[in-house]
Amino acid sequence: MKMLQSEGVETIFGYPGGVVIDIYDELEKTDIRHILVRHEQGAVHMADAYARTSGKVGVCLVTSGPGATNTVTGIASAYLDSVPIVVFTGQVPTHLIGNDAFQEVDIVGITRPCTKHNYLVKSTGDLAYIIREAFYLARSGRPGPVLVDLPKDVSVGTATYKEPPREIKMRTYNPTIDPNPKMLSKTIDALLEAKKPMIFAGGGVISAGASEDLTTLARQLKIPVTTTLMGLGSFPGSDSLSLGMIGMHGTYRANMATAEADLMLAVGVRFDDRVTGKVETFAKQAKIIHVDIDPTSIRKNVPVWLPIVGDCKKTLEGLNALLKDREIASSVESRSPWLKQIEDWKNAKRLAYEQKDIIKPQYVVERLYALTQGKAIISTEVGQNQMWAAQYYLFDRPNQFVTSGGLGVMGYGLPAAIGAKAANPDRIVVDIAGDGSIQMNIQELATAVQHNLPVKVVILNNGYLGMVRQWQQLFYDKRYCQTTMDFQPDFVKLAEAYGAVGLRATRPDEVDAVLKAGLAETKPVIMDFKVEREECVYPMVPAGKAITEMLLT
Amino acid sequence: MNNFIADASSKQRVLSILVEDKPGVLSRIAGLFSGRGFNIDSLCVASSNDPGESRITIVTPADHHLIEQIKKQLRKLINVIKVQDLSEVPAVAREMALIKVQAKAEHRAEILRIVDIFRCKVVDVSAGHYTIEVTGNQGKIEALLELFRPMGIKEIARTGIAALSREASKTNGRN
Ligand SMILES: Cc1ncc(C[n+]2csc(CCOP(=O)(O)OP(=O)(O)O)c2C)c(N)n1
Repeated sequence: MKMLQSEGVETIFGYPGGVVIDIYDELEKTDIRHILVRHEQGAVHMADAYARTSGKVGVCLVTSGPGATNTVTGIASAYLDSVPIVVFTGQVPTHLIGNDAFQEVDIVGITRPCTKHNYLVKSTGDLAYIIREAFYLARSGRPGPVLVDLPKDVSVGTATYKEPPREIKMRTYNPTIDPNPKMLSKTIDALLEAKKPMIFAGGGVISAGASEDLTTLARQLKIPVTTTLMGLGSFPGSDSLSLGMIGMHGTYRANMATAEADLMLAVGVRFDDRVTGKVETFAKQAKIIHVDIDPTSIRKNVPVWLPIVGDCKKTLEGLNALLKDREIASSVESRSPWLKQIEDWKNAKRLAYEQKDIIKPQYVVERLYALTQGKAIISTEVGQNQMWAAQYYLFDRPNQFVTSGGLGVMGYGLPAAIGAKAANPDRIVVDIAGDGSIQMNIQELATAVQHNLPVKVVILNNGYLGMVRQWQQLFYDKRYCQTTMDFQPDFVKLAEAYGAVGLRATRPDEVDAVLKAGLAETKPVIMDFKVEREECVYPMVPAGKAITEMLLT
Repeated sequence: MNNFIADASSKQRVLSILVEDKPGVLSRIAGLFSGRGFNIDSLCVASSNDPGESRITIVTPADHHLIEQIKKQLRKLINVIKVQDLSEVPAVAREMALIKVQAKAEHRAEILRIVDIFRCKVVDVSAGHYTIEVTGNQGKIEALLELFRPMGIKEIARTGIAALSREASKTNGRN
């Protein structure tokens, strides 16, 4: 407990059980806030969003066996999105391990491939140091989830508390933070020489806290910026240099620019297949400079002209410092045709929809953007809702958009909103949801109501598993096998049953009123928008195609 | 004999991995290979000369690009101290095998003659068979097996390759 406080832990998301009763007993004596969830998966997503929106490490505590296995999806999601969390799981007493004891499961074995590291603590004396190391690993280098498995006898046992040193030095773990200075000046030369440069920013920029540095660099050199889904907010979405998102549902201009660029400065990205499309064709004209703290990300999927291993913030700071002594006006001048070309692409094919008599999901997101002045923290579920949120809500700040990017977990959004709200009580937090996904962790509405965390849920209710239906429409001759979900609860009554507020809009002219009422509420709210059922997300690059081969309508 | 176990273009790579001797290390490494679709041709694990450390030698088929990724992924594991690609430096590699070969009366002399030529040892004798111990590079072991095969090999136990670089180890860090 002392260790947790020494790590600055203020909030824990958890759920008790037999082997962790003692820990809960002790927890009660501290001033650490415990948020009792309704399902352990929810606890992990909450800790994940809490971490992303507070800059701290998120913490969970669950029991052994089923408590532990219920955390796996959340851990895997945090792993793929590089989110710093520490998950404490109870375990049966050491002498019973391996015995198929009641509620025993080898959670260290199960989570080995989806944690940055994990520990089975064998003695109480090791606990303090392991906790220190776990937090250090979670937050340093490329951040990620760390799991600490606590056998009952270890957590019940006593040991003299000796605070481990603050500064951890590990022989086998020492991430490269400082970029190679030679590479930096080479990068500057290349940026100034390029005629068609672009910046491609990802979640790494956000987790390194480097968004401002990136923005400075891009604005000084007038280089357009595209981001991944995870990178939304690393560069202001409303800036004229913003190309919007890249990839499968990226904007026309972002994908076209990628194909035409002669230089790509890629920062904190991993060239995931949803971004690159057919990888052989990706950014074929461009020399790629790739900055990442994790060497395994570099040259994993695409050839790289100049690899820079290092912290994104240190690297961008270094580049901005070098730029001070350089003449940049003429270079910026020489690139005006490129910016003009991008403007033309933008005007040729904007993100668009037509609002007629049935509510368009895009319209709901646009109105939400307007009514929250673009300032809300937005979490999403997975599917079309996630993509419309990414396309139509322009994110100007980092950590404003919280989504399960890598794993794509339906059921992430509601608990994530709750976690974000716990870290940011003064901000408006909205989960943009689909009617399918929201049912995957709907039980957490009780958590929100009980702990007075008034999150807002906007359901874009199409009565389908929309994104899968879209694939079936476009690539499977409209055979909507098992994606029709028109049997559903009455979400308004459901909200009320949980002690939250339920609102519904069925016509376009009701959208604003419902959003305004919902945003004004002091309780958690579900807003159910009955939207155009067969609307599709465009642009769309069919899987395995080059990202310039976009379907636009 | 060639100083290089394999040259840079060849597909068989020998990785020497120094790890902390902690529970689960081997499964972290094996899991990394299976989870990411890397192959293991042979695997050999034993404690090293420093207490608390073990050396794992893995032979894996990989081209230049893939081996880079494998090495980086291994270095990313928290318990890995050092990864060395012995395909890139002068190195020695050896494997030991125990071969239980049928020893019919008419074959015994022949077996012993082969044992002599290959400088191996007979480590166990029973009514029906000899157990022979051989150490060497993979080529030697394969050749020996080829010769014994017509007489009937009952069982084989091979250790997999263990290898060390020839240079004095310069670096202690994770390189
Ligand atoms: C846990 C989980 N199961 C299945 C999927 C596959 N999947 C991706 S999107 C999607 C449909 C989501 O439907 P809904 O939540 O209604 O959102 P919509 O696409 O309609 O906005 C499904 C089933 C997933 N991403 N996560």
